[in-house]
Amino acid sequence: MKDTPMTNAKISAKGVDVHYADTHAIKDVNVEIADKTVTAFIGPSGCGKSTFLRCINRMNDTIDSCRVTGDIRIDGEDIYDAKVDPVQLRAKVGMVFQKPNPFPKSIYDNVAYGPKIHGLARNKAELDEIVEKSLRKAALWNEAKDRLLSPGTGLSGGQQQRLCIARAIATAPEVLLMDEPCSALDPIATAQVEELIDELQKSFCVVIVTHSMQQAARVSQKTAFFHLGSLVEYDDTDKIFTNPEDPRTESYISGRIG
Amino acid sequence: MSVSLILALGLAVLGYVIAPRRALAVAGGDARTLAALPRQYGLNALLAVLVPSFAILIAGTLAGAGAYLGWTILVVAVVGFAGSLFKITPDYRARTHAENWIKLILIAASVVAILTTVGIVFSMLFEARNFFSQYDWKDFFLSAEWSPNFRGNSSLGILPLLWGTLYISFIALVFAVPIGLFAAIYLSEYASRRMRSVTKPAIEILAGIPTIVYGLFALVTVGPFLRDYFAAPMGFGGSASSVMTAGLVMGVMLIPFVSSLSDDIINAVPQTMRDGSLALGATKSETIRQVVIPAALPGIVGATLLAASRAIGETMIVVLGAGAAARLSLNPFEAMTTVTVKIVSQLTGDTDFASPETLVAFALGMTLFVITLCLNVLALLIVRKYREQYE
Ligand SMILES: Nc1ncnc2c1ncn2[C@@H]1O[C@H](COP(=O)(O)OP(=O)(O)OP(=O)(O)O)[C@@H](O)[C@H]1O
Ligand SMILES: [Mg+2]
Repeated sequence: MKDTPMTNAKISAKGVDVHYADTHAIKDVNVEIADKTVTAFIGPSGCGKSTFLRCINRMNDTIDSCRVTGDIRIDGEDIYDAKVDPVQLRAKVGMVFQKPNPFPKSIYDNVAYGPKIHGLARNKAELDEIVEKSLRKAALWNEAKDRLLSPGTGLSGGQQQRLCIARAIATAPEVLLMDEPCSALDPIATAQVEELIDELQKSFCVVIVTHSMQQAARVSQKTAFFHLGSLVEYDDTDKIFTNPEDPRTESYISGRIG
Repeated sequence: MSVSLILALGLAVLGYVIAPRRALAVAGGDARTLAALPRQYGLNALLAVLVPSFAILIAGTLAGAGAYLGWTILVVAVVGFAGSLFKITPDYRARTHAENWIKLILIAASVVAILTTVGIVFSMLFEARNFFSQYDWKDFFLSAEWSPNFRGNSSLGILPLLWGTLYISFIALVFAVPIGLFAAIYLSEYASRRMRSVTKPAIEILAGIPTIVYGLFALVTVGPFLRDYFAAPMGFGGSASSVMTAGLVMGVMLIPFVSSLSDDIINAVPQTMRDGSLALGATKSETIRQVVIPAALPGIVGATLLAASRAIGETMIVVLGAGAAARLSLNPFEAMTTVTVKIVSQLTGDTDFASPETLVAFALGMTLFVITLCLNVLALLIVRKYREQYE
């Protein structure tokens, strides 16, 4: 059933529409997202960035009123095909949410949650190693190493968000979706997360939603600008920020809409 | 007295009608110069008459003042009426004053609720003390024999009753907690909205059935069924009244209680928590087992304890389902009885309120009260701790 992909895109979306009951949240979006790059989604609030992001790991399935139509492929495989198990898909496509949502468990158990479910570690030592590596990558190891057994909900907001990032990468996903991962972080933690994104890009396909133009410019190679549910412009980040084609993009990045 | 009450009511209504006009008149017809809206002057006058008169009425009745009560009420009503009318000036803050009267009414209501509790405890304490002055507390708490004898010389040991209470409650909880919890999980996590709109009220209908009806169900259906199909063939005895019967039926009674409490608690676990787990590739049941239930656990424990205190206090189902024989036995198909049943039986019929056989009811009641109070406090503490988790 694997169609030959037109390009070597990791994720390719064609004619995607999303409705919530009466709201038409995403209108005919076509986009090809390359592997081992960072793609930024920008756009004014309510334009559908989160909605589109949630289509990529089928998290919209959990919302009753939400209907997704169109064609989204990862590695050429239609993820909305009846044969695809959304649970398997989500193990491959990790997600970090806008608001940090650690489980009310210990820091260790938060990170070990995914690996345990998917049986990624054969023994305790391997699990320990996964946890440590993930926490290190998420720039949380130094703060957390002495309190691995204390609850994750006891961390500060920024630390919690890094814990959620560690939790997502511990499952070793191929694609990492990040919905405004830095909106609760201070500049230092933000810098750490951006560094992490740079690092992740070497091995993953990263999609990040952000409200910060600077952040999009700093971390991404490709940028997609959404407006009122449509994908207005999608191009190299440099091009979008220096020489956008669409007047709406231009007004948004210069601060005139949104 | 009733005449003066009617007069007071009349004054209140009169004040309600007159005060706004007077306020307008004082303000020279321009409502905007008043410190409050005209109708708030009316409300203030109404409350200024009603609240003190009713306070006097209640206080007077309680204190047993007869002859002058009517006059006192009338005087207070007139003073309130006149006071609220004469004080009206453009600056008079009728709104704030009315607010204070309302606050007073609300305080009075909560004082009544607290005072009745205190009163109940004290009346029980008082009678229980009488009991213990006639009967040794060691025999009461430590004796395993319960055989009251209205000619005196009874053995009044609480242990068999306490045992029956705990045994039946235990069976009820073993039955009700898993079923109630699973029903709640199904309703809150799996059921479609339509399914939920049918199932939830259906379960809650169970909660509206009076316990005596459950008792009848135990007596005519469950008891004989258990005897014929379980107890008799397995050689556990031939009694239809049994701990098992009462426990099962009580469990049925508790299911809606447990399920609706657990449902609320499970729904209070933030959706973001489930999303976090699902996004890591966990299935729905993994998410429920490993994230939702642990997060809701303190609340579920609290709900269980509340259910336990209801089970402990239940009487009707026990009388009809488990019988009235005090017995210390492990056999669940044997008739036993509970503290509450014995409280009723010690107090019904021709009773002499000075003998230990009657007074023991208060000691039993006090013991139950303390046990359920401890359970409730424990439950509240646990539930509160849980609440803090998602602030
Ligand atoms: N669960 C939902 N039910 C109904 N409508 C929704 C739901 N989630 C989002 N929407 C609607 O879909 C549209 C897009 O929302 P979305 O959350 O994707 O915006 P966004 O671009 O992520 O905004 P923000 O930058 O504020 O996060 C909005 O009009 C919103 O009202
Ligand atoms: Mg969003």
